[in-house]
Amino acid sequence: MLRLQVNDLTYSYGDREAADHVSLQVGRGEFVGLIGPNGSGKSTVLKNIYRGLTPDSGTITLDGEDLLAMPYRKSARKLAVVGQENEVPFDFTVEEMVAMGRSPHKRLFDIDTPRDRQIVHHALEHLGMEHLAKRSYLRLSGGEKQRVLIARAIAQESDFLILDEPTNHLDVSYQMQIFDFIKRLKVTVLSAIHDLNMAALYCDRLYVLQRGRVVMEGTPEQVLTPQRIYEVYGVHSAVERHPATGKLSITFLPAEISA
Amino acid sequence: MKMQFHGRRREPNMPLLLGLLAAAAVVTLVVATGLGPVSVSPATTARILLSRVPGLASHIPQTWEALDQNIVLGLRLPRVCLGMVVGASLAVCGVAMQALVRNNLADPFILGVSNGAAAFATLGMLFGAFSFLGTYSLSISAFIGSAATILCVYTLSRVRGRINITQLLLSGVAISMMMDGITSIIKLSAPNALGLHNAEFWMSGSLAGAKWAYLTLPLVVLLACMAVLLLNYRGLNLLLLGDESAGALGINVRRLQKLLVLVASLMAGTTIAVSGSIGFVGLMVPHFTRMLVGGDHKRVLPVSALLGGILVVWVDVAARLLIAPEELPVGILTAVVGGPIFIWMLKRSHREKG
Repeated sequence: MLRLQVNDLTYSYGDREAADHVSLQVGRGEFVGLIGPNGSGKSTVLKNIYRGLTPDSGTITLDGEDLLAMPYRKSARKLAVVGQENEVPFDFTVEEMVAMGRSPHKRLFDIDTPRDRQIVHHALEHLGMEHLAKRSYLRLSGGEKQRVLIARAIAQESDFLILDEPTNHLDVSYQMQIFDFIKRLKVTVLSAIHDLNMAALYCDRLYVLQRGRVVMEGTPEQVLTPQRIYEVYGVHSAVERHPATGKLSITFLPAEISA
Repeated sequence: MKMQFHGRRREPNMPLLLGLLAAAAVVTLVVATGLGPVSVSPATTARILLSRVPGLASHIPQTWEALDQNIVLGLRLPRVCLGMVVGASLAVCGVAMQALVRNNLADPFILGVSNGAAAFATLGMLFGAFSFLGTYSLSISAFIGSAATILCVYTLSRVRGRINITQLLLSGVAISMMMDGITSIIKLSAPNALGLHNAEFWMSGSLAGAKWAYLTLPLVVLLACMAVLLLNYRGLNLLLLGDESAGALGINVRRLQKLLVLVASLMAGTTIAVSGSIGFVGLMVPHFTRMLVGGDHKRVLPVSALLGGILVVWVDVAARLLIAPEELPVGILTAVVGGPIFIWMLKRSHREKG
């Protein structure tokens, strides 16, 4: 069943077109990846979908409804985002950060109920972070911060996650931990992914972006071939199925070998 | 293991804290009302005040002199009450502006909002430009001035959809210099000298000459804005995370930002109209409040309001005592104290980033 349908999404920062007639679909339970070089528009496309930006033109349909006309509270109950958090000069505890995930469930006069606190507690427990609940978010390490944001998305209780390169500057152990965890949640996922090996490991389907356009789509096997990787990234590579994972494994080849 | 405890904050006991602050506010009200070039003892002040409470008057024998009563009720009490309201408004206005620009260095004074309000208000004062608006013409012209300035500074400091702190502070400086210039031009071409003198004293920020009639509008605005902000405390918290995260967590960012511009301009405009520009209160108070209770606006808003009120009343006491019987404008004192604190915060914010 189709959950998200994006048609002809176009967005530009000033005169620079960052997303150019992008169309994509995400079905229920799918793990879909957006890949492409730096500045290819992955993040812009995602921001338009999670309403951080408003598209110049195009339509976005979520569960059959026009997303752009939906009240923000409603879209936030359907869609949760884990992104790269901007630096915040304000001090919140881990618990307070996670509790912010409850806000789309709250009306103007609602107060926090014991149930909200329970949900927040469970979310923290899920990620093994209960002991950090009262700590200051600002003083956590990068990996811990990322886990807090995932806990916040869990507290949001939506079954569709958008990942805006959350693992970008994390150690590989944290990256794996986070993707493994999200995979176990069995929710629908649309993620920008920097690392092609990660994309091959976790994604059911991939969209390749280049200069704001979707240039390819398909399963990792269809998309991640040496020719196509060369067309998009300009590097030579060897792609093979890894015996342990059964997934594709990409090795980039330095100039002296590929020449 | 040492790091384990670093940055852990104990949950603030809010009922206790608010109770203490409310008690401190009451004590401040009584003690500060008695203090001035002519002092009235706190006990006498308290009795005079209590005698005005309906139903209590008959139980309190009148042991004080009529002069004391006049000073307390006619002169000091309105001034102290106005100080409370102005201080609370400025502090809450600072909180609102900081949420709007996502930076704890925002303050109506630093970003030139006070100067904008002053420019428009001077125009009204000296030329009667807004006199068709009636009794509240001064407040309304100050409101228009602050709204215009906030919008200007906000628009100028947005670079690619994000507030840039350097841009923010610099456009604040530029706008406030422009507004100062405009104010000077207005003053130089002023038609009468008396109005000019009044405008001068008013602009340096003073609570002297407070009347009960001054109190109504700022108090109503403060209560209304406080209610609006408290109802939206979740939105304010989320706004601190940035527009994108706030949108993704169910906040209509544009609408909330418009609301904040409106609320901040209303509070800045109405308080500046009655007290001139009293700087740095909106910077210092929210900062120390956050050190006390963390970043959650549910707690920051009421605590800031109380602390701001208490602070301004005491600074005003100092203003009328330091060179008594002469008076210092309050705004000068807050600037002398607030300036260094601003510099310290600026230093610190750079160190945290680097």
